[in-house]
Order: sequence, then C-alpha cells, then structure tokens
Amino acid sequence: MTPDKAEEFDFQSVPLDPDTLDDVAKADCPIVDVRGVTVRFESQTILKEIDLQIQRGQTLAIIGESGCGKTVLMKTIVGLIPPSEGTVIFDGRDLGRISQQEMTRTRRRFGFVFQNAALFDSMNIFDNVAFPILQHEKASDSEIEGRVMEKLSEVGLPPEAAMKFPAEISGGMRKRVGLARALILQPELVVYDEPTTGLDPIMSDVINELILATRRNYPVTSVVVTHDMRTARKVANRVVMLYPRRRLQADQSQMLFDGSPSDLDHADDRRVRQFVRGEAGERINELIRETAAISQSNAGT
Amino acid sequence: MAGLTYRDDLPLGEKRPGKLSHWVTDWGGMVVDGVSTVGDITIFAYRMFVWMFTRRPAKGTLLTNFYHVGVLSLPVVALTGTFIGMVLAVQSHRQFAMIGMENRLGAVINSSLVRELGPVLAATMLAGRVGSAIAAVIGTMRVTEQIEALTTMGADPIHYLVVPRFLACLLLIPALTIMADFMGIVGGYFYSVIVLGIDHAAYLQNSADFVTGYDLFSGILKSFFFGAIIAIVSCYRGFNCQAGAEGVGQAATAAFVMSFVLILGVDLVLNILLDAFYYAVWAPETSL
Repeated sequence: MTPDKAEEFDFQSVPLDPDTLDDVAKADCPIVDVRGVTVRFESQTILKEIDLQIQRGQTLAIIGESGCGKTVLMKTIVGLIPPSEGTVIFDGRDLGRISQQEMTRTRRRFGFVFQNAALFDSMNIFDNVAFPILQHEKASDSEIEGRVMEKLSEVGLPPEAAMKFPAEISGGMRKRVGLARALILQPELVVYDEPTTGLDPIMSDVINELILATRRNYPVTSVVVTHDMRTARKVANRVVMLYPRRRLQADQSQMLFDGSPSDLDHADDRRVRQFVRGEAGERINELIRETAAISQSNAGT
Repeated sequence: MAGLTYRDDLPLGEKRPGKLSHWVTDWGGMVVDGVSTVGDITIFAYRMFVWMFTRRPAKGTLLTNFYHVGVLSLPVVALTGTFIGMVLAVQSHRQFAMIGMENRLGAVINSSLVRELGPVLAATMLAGRVGSAIAAVIGTMRVTEQIEALTTMGADPIHYLVVPRFLACLLLIPALTIMADFMGIVGGYFYSVIVLGIDHAAYLQNSADFVTGYDLFSGILKSFFFGAIIAIVSCYRGFNCQAGAEGVGQAATAAFVMSFVLILGVDLVLNILLDAFYYAVWAPETSL
C-alpha cells in the first residue's frame, strides 16, 4: 500500500480481530507493574510501598548505594522473592496468584543476568547456554547447537570457548556467557544484576554495548541494577534511584529519583546529586553515628 | 534463640529477668528451633516426593549422581567392610578362645556384620563421603546464586538437584552395604582362618548355621532408610546454607552430624521393630 492510499483507507470499516485488540491493550499497559510492594526479611524492612511501572521496550536502570534494596526489587519483579505486601503484575498477571506451572511458563519470558554470572560449575559453556532450551523446548541436537553457537558468537565468544568449563574462563567471558544464556530463549524482559561490577573499564563498556545491541536486535524490556553511573547513563532511558529504608523517616519515599539519565545531574534531591557525582559528603559522619548507635544498642542488650 | 534478647533500659519498677528466665528462654529457643527444623525437613521431603512421582529426572543428571554416589564410593566402602571384618575377628578371638569356642567365630563376625555393623558403618562412611559432598555442592550453588539461576530458567531446584541425589542414595547405598557386608565377610574369614588358624570348615559351618536370611534382609532394609536420611538431610542442609565459605563448611559438617545422629536413632527404632516382627512370626520355632 502506498502512503497516499493509506491516507484514504477507512480503518473504521475493518472489523477488529479480538487477538489484535488484546495486543493493542497489552501495548498500552506496562509490562511490569509493581504496586505497593513491601519486602521484609524477619524484622528488617528492605523495601517499603514501592510503586513502579515499566513500559514495554524501556531500559530502566535502578541505582542506589549498596544495601538499598536494588537487587531485592529486581528479584521481586521476576518472582524470585515474594513480596511481604503488595503485588507484582507481569503482562497483566499477578505473579502472586498464578499457579506453579504458570509461573514456570512465565519464567520462559524472563532472562536473568546474575552479578557473578551464576553459571553451573558442573556444565561446560555449551551446556550452560543450552540449558534453558532443554528445559522449555523440544529441539533437535543440531538446532540446539546452531542456536547456542549463534548466541555465543553474538556476545563475542569464540566456538572453542563452548567446551570450556566456567572455572576455566575469565570474569568478562563468564558475564558474556551469562548474557548469552539469558537471551537464548529471546525473553521479553531481561534483568541485569550489576552487569559491570568487577570488570575492567574496557570489558565494562563491552557489556554496555552488548546490552544496547540486545535492545536494538530484539523487542526487549530491560531492567539494569547498577551503581556504575557510566552504565546507567549509557544503556538506560529511565533511571530510578532507591535509598536505604533504614535511613529514611517513616513517611519518606524510598524512591528518590525517577526520570531520564540526563536529569540526574539536575535532580532536586541533594542525595541523588551526591550519588551521581560519587561524593561522600556527610556520609562518613552518618556511618560513624550509625555504628555508634548500633554499639549502644548492643551494649544495652 | 535469635531475636530473644534482654534490654537494660527497662521501665522503672519492672523486674529484670533472672537466671532462670535466661535458662528457660535458651532452652525454649532450642526446642522451637528443633521443632521448626523438623517441620522444614518434612516439608522439604514432601516436596521432593511430589516431584519424584510427578516428573522423571533427566537421564544425564541421574547417571551422573549414580556415578558419584555409587561408583566413586566403592573403594572406600570395600575398604571399610574389609577392616570391620578383620577388627571383629581380632576383638572376638581372645574372648572366644578363653571359653574354647573359637570355632564359632564365624557366627559372631558374620552375624554382627550383616545385621548391624555393615549397614551402620557403611552408612556412616557414606554420610561423610557422599552426604558432606552433596551439602557442599548444593550449598556452593546456593551461595553463588546457581539455585536461583535454575529457578529463573524454569527448572525446579528440588526436582533438578534433590530427586536424582535422593534416588542415587536410596538405591545405591543398599548396594554399597551389600558390598561392605561381602568384603567384611571376606576380611573376617581371611583373618580368622589364614592369620588365626581357625578351622576353615568349622568357620563356614558356624557362619551358615547362625546367619539367617532375615539377618541379611534386616540389614539391607535398614540401609534403604539410611540412604534416604543421608540424601534428604544433606540436600536440606545444602539448600539452607549460609553465605560464604564458612557457611558451606558448616552445611557440610551439619549434614554429616545430623545424618549420623539420625542413622543411629533410626537404627535403634528399626532394630526394635524388626526384632518384634521376627519374634512375633518366627520365635516359637527358633531355638539356639
């Protein structure tokens, strides 16, 4: 159809297919909808009343200092940690209410890149990357081999690496294998836990480029948990900053910032600007006061 | 118990808890922890049984575990069995010789071996070799997020990690016990007949007279229970491993200690039940 003809076409006259309607509705609603999520471990509250919507195709970076609950939030999003309160809705379905079988099927749509890759020590690289296919699909050996080698090649790993074991390869290679494994089933949501932590600057940038390439090549939504500002600025089109719950007043929100990476430097909150610039500020004095308070509390018990 | 502490900043007029309260709290905490652990293990075992009967484990995973539990344990179990048999001969010979019954040595060595020492010592050895390894491997997988990785890829960790290990222990520990019994019989025979010079025919005749099929059956039956205990306890400890190298070490140690205590406890209960069953069914016809 030429552009002119398209303008003349009467879209109203075409009966809408229910499936198409469903797709249109889905495209409008967020792929992940976190509603009032609180996560507690015993008496310690890690996350309190978090609300977060992630749109399809978005790359969201969750930043914040160590212990602020970034990884807990990410694991809650993919159903690894059940929230103490609130709900996590993935593609219109409440993860807390679906059956175990449905959860297993839903997990096929997630890709998870772990901080230390979490490769299975007992398997070689090939078997690690092939594992999700074997779990979810009935594919021939030749098809599995083709897909695994293609994915390894996409993340820049030579075919010889396939027969090596995780202990025999470098940290950067392990991260790339973890990425290949997370992407092998072409998931709709990929979550990255500290993807560049522990890597040299060049390898960090390689990982950033791979995250960008994944976004370009697949219709994927990404959540990147990081405290590497270079990664956050480079890969994300939205940034959320969390703050440790224990250092906030009861009525204060744990989410200090929610906006584009370019707005980070001009954030209203001093703590956001300090984090982005990597300035300790009063933090060392706060740490000393916290330690003194803990010591006093322990002495009283 | 974690979480139960005493504060010094009590309101005025409120009595400070005494030593008795501390004692009650500590013991109460231990009881609560114990009950909670038993409940956790029961739920863990239940989930494992549900998976075992609903979905078959992958052949590759099963064979790997069979190899690790069975084939790699053969030498140590054979060695244990041989030495138990020989030590029994050394220990019993002098006592039996004093009352002129050294020809009956085969009866006591082989009867003790197949009924009690073979199954229990083989299980103890395997709790150390296999159980600790299971707890350490699963514990390492826990602390390096490999178990979470399994979950994110849609594989249930209990189905993938526990079921094959349980089947390997359940089926192969009895087989290894038979091997320990056999090697113990050989070791006992060697030391009694070759080293101590006991009459070969009398040794064998006494063994055949006093060791019954029921002795062999009860020993092997017990080893199925021991295999199940080792697998469930070790996997449970691995799954509940604390962070770090120390956590993995503690999980491996706790797996062995807990398996060992349970093996001894279950052995006592099974002996009482098996004896009661034996005397209820066969005792009237039995005479020494």
